[in-house]
Amino acid sequence: MTTTQNITAAIYNALEQVMDPEIPVLNVLELGMITGVALDNGTACIKMIPTFAACPAISVIQQNIRTTVHKLTGLPVRVSIDHDVQWNSNRLTETAKQKLRDFGIAAPQKNTGSAPEEIMLNTPCPHCHSENTYLRSPFGSALCRAIHYCKDCGMVFEQFKPVE
Amino acid sequence: MQASLQKAIAALITKMADDELILGHRNSEWTGLGPVMEEDIAFSSMAQDKIGHAWALYRILQEHLGGEDPDTFAFMRAAADFTCCHLVEMPIGTYDFSLMRHFLFDHAEAVRYESLQQCSFLPLQQLGKKVKGELKYHTLHANAWLLQLCKGGGEGHRRMQAALDNCFALACGIFEPGTDDDLLADAGIYPGEQALYEKWLNTIYPVLVKASLNLPDPAAVAPQYGGRYGKHTTYLQPLLEEMGEVFRLDPGASW
Repeated sequence: MTTTQNITAAIYNALEQVMDPEIPVLNVLELGMITGVALDNGTACIKMIPTFAACPAISVIQQNIRTTVHKLTGLPVRVSIDHDVQWNSNRLTETAKQKLRDFGIAAPQKNTGSAPEEIMLNTPCPHCHSENTYLRSPFGSALCRAIHYCKDCGMVFEQFKPVE
Repeated sequence: MQASLQKAIAALITKMADDELILGHRNSEWTGLGPVMEEDIAFSSMAQDKIGHAWALYRILQEHLGGEDPDTFAFMRAAADFTCCHLVEMPIGTYDFSLMRHFLFDHAEAVRYESLQQCSFLPLQQLGKKVKGELKYHTLHANAWLLQLCKGGGEGHRRMQAALDNCFALACGIFEPGTDDDLLADAGIYPGEQALYEKWLNTIYPVLVKASLNLPDPAAVAPQYGGRYGKHTTYLQPLLEEMGEVFRLDPGASW
């Protein structure tokens, strides 16, 4: 491997340590928030996108990327927002979806362009796996979450909602 | 880009952002007061979305059109320099009013952002893609509550009809024609207010029919205009004072 490949791999390893402040089991790579990693004259240049336009955690995440990548690679770090790519929930990796469920939050359905209609009924309950559920509210404790009710286990649960 | 077109795009973005900022502030006034907990959370979340969208639009002004820092622009302007429509300025009133305003405004906004998918000004087209998907949850929420309250009949239906009658002229004011609409349409920025107004009517009508609500005759309604030209209701000034109070204590502070 060349040195550049080694350094790039080290940057990716460091990014795996940067967690979402609101869902601390997911890192920024699993969330699909990183759109580019490059070396520019010895500076780690990282391009990222917010999940929701109004996500209040975005500046904290940017700061955490700078701090963590610098600490683990020793490189100067530049983080910029990539305006050419828009985040959508299909960018969540399968690992991320499983971690979400283990954390007690239902994963988004694969978004096919009619996201809101698809979540009205039958979102699988992360507690008992029943699909006998309905949407209580499209808004939850964070911008990315909706609230559902499971008619089988009687639990209210949250979902990371699908967004196109 | 020609200076006249640049100015027209900046005016379009400013009015969109001002609407979102002011309605976002109004929505946030439901925090802690919602009729049920889910609605408290919903209006608070929509407030966050709206203010975030306003910020993203002000940011485009700053990065591409020589605008000011978004916080300064949002908090330091005089009321007469705002170009929001009267609908968003109104106090939250009762829940039926706020819900009807949310229904009428968010469908208008969805139509507007849909039209930006073809916008020839790239930053606005890119933001449009992002916001469009998020807005679907706003219109889903508005439709669901409107139908639920109206289908219950009785007081629910009566109050939603009264709210529609109160809001409709105000909501038509969203589409107050701009002086540069033709210029913007010719340049492929957006189709102009009249075209959006017609699309909006076609979008809300089927939902209102399902809810058994009577749309006031659009031809007989005098839209409440003025906001786009800096003429506002008496409700805007106190709102701006409250919204910018902390910021103005120390405009140079770093947050």
